[in-house]
Amino acid sequence: MSLKGQAAAIGIGELKPIKEPGDHTALALMGAVAAEAIADAGLDKRDIDGLLVGVPFSDPGMIYPGVAAEVMGINVRMLNQVDIGGATGAGMIWRAAAAIQAGMCSTVLCLMADLNKVGDQRMPTVSVQREFELPYGNIGANCGYAMIAHRHMHEYGTTARQMAKVAVDQRKSALRNPLATFNDRPLTIDEVLASRMIVDPLHLYEIVSPVSGGAAVIVAGPEVARRATHPPVWLLGAGEYSNHSTITYAPSLTTSPIKPAAETAFAMAGLTPGDMDLVCPYDCYTITVIITLEDAGFCKKGQGGPFVMEHDLAYDGDFPCNTHGGQLSFGQAGLAGGMSHVTEALRQLMGRGGGRQVSNAALAYVNGNGGIMSEQASLILERRS
Amino acid sequence: MSEYLKPLPKPTPISRPFWEAARRHELMLQHCADCGAFVHYPRPRCPQCFSERLEWRRACGRGTVYSYTLVRRASSRAFADAPYVLAIVELEEGPHMTTNIVGPADRVGIGIPVEVCFDDVTPEHTLVKFKPA
Repeated sequence: MSLKGQAAAIGIGELKPIKEPGDHTALALMGAVAAEAIADAGLDKRDIDGLLVGVPFSDPGMIYPGVAAEVMGINVRMLNQVDIGGATGAGMIWRAAAAIQAGMCSTVLCLMADLNKVGDQRMPTVSVQREFELPYGNIGANCGYAMIAHRHMHEYGTTARQMAKVAVDQRKSALRNPLATFNDRPLTIDEVLASRMIVDPLHLYEIVSPVSGGAAVIVAGPEVARRATHPPVWLLGAGEYSNHSTITYAPSLTTSPIKPAAETAFAMAGLTPGDMDLVCPYDCYTITVIITLEDAGFCKKGQGGPFVMEHDLAYDGDFPCNTHGGQLSFGQAGLAGGMSHVTEALRQLMGRGGGRQVSNAALAYVNGNGGIMSEQASLILERRS
Repeated sequence: MSEYLKPLPKPTPISRPFWEAARRHELMLQHCADCGAFVHYPRPRCPQCFSERLEWRRACGRGTVYSYTLVRRASSRAFADAPYVLAIVELEEGPHMTTNIVGPADRVGIGIPVEVCFDDVTPEHTLVKFKPA
């Protein structure tokens, strides 16, 4: 028994990212985006009987789902936090479907919001990061992805221009996304390469920008999905994989755990990468997209660089990719940044892409990526005609 | 001498022999008595075969740069003295290790041979770094 076709996403909430945290709290943003998603699905909050929450970086705390449920006044039959970094959004979708399939609940609110500020403690007090990484200045995500990019360039001849192209094409779509943080002007490859080098070989415009914001998705079983306002988007396949936490100790810097995650998802769906009308690969950096396209099977290993040069990744191109602009143009509101790939795929499949609608989009591949290419969750989503 | 403001390792009972060796300017690695794997970072069990029979062995101190970056701007004020070269070194014994490559950044590239050196950053703490061989 698989999750194929067992549950559908029926409602979306997403806040326009703001740069400054202001007077907001993450919990207040969660309430706002939850209300939006519930209304979008045509439901009342009393219809929600499952809750998956991502704990905000800005407000890390234990037993968070219960706190969020109480603040919103929601009673649930299933509640949990999902804690797989940028893969949390995609990981929530299949967990919600699994809980529904198991009969534990019928309608799950997948919820996350965050402020652009760092909370007290994001790392275990005793950890390999504290002991063997931080003393050498391996801080944050930039350094790990820079070393991944260097190694990819070394092994496969990937170039700076190829990586920059990802940011450029995604920006073209962002210009038609009113919610995107960077939607006021197009980018060129030369502009990306002229932006400040932060960690060689990654330039400023290849690195995601932290913002405050939130995202929520309602996942429901067939009975609820049938009476949803918008066309339900069914989960056809899901796969998850992790084989390291710290990139230094990963089996490879250039072949990621996306490969088994994507293979599982495509096998469950009974589909291949060539069947997809749209892809939303997690993009914390440009190199992440290139490696995802390779490992998920959209091109051969090592050919991600040439692939993005040969294809137009914009909403009206021959290979629509991250048509919300990706996090690179949309902004990254903590864990909610990873849900932006899910919400964009849902919008496109529901036919709600507005000025950036991909024509005839019926099938989408989404990947969420946690940590430094460590936790991976792939989804295959379908709008049935 | 100015105060050292960067993060320092806090050894655990498992990792203490590694850091004590570093203070003696020796590079020590765990070695699995059952499967023969060398292990870094120090762990309670062998990550290959799950054996508890991990013993400390002195490493040869040679390796190659597996990947690196020149950090021009670090996301921590403690490293305001950037640029610095952060690298993953592949040790001759097999394990990968996060470290810094000391000396001019333009001498660093993927695949270059490096050898261990020791940086006594405080009277109590020595970091294991590498330099081009």
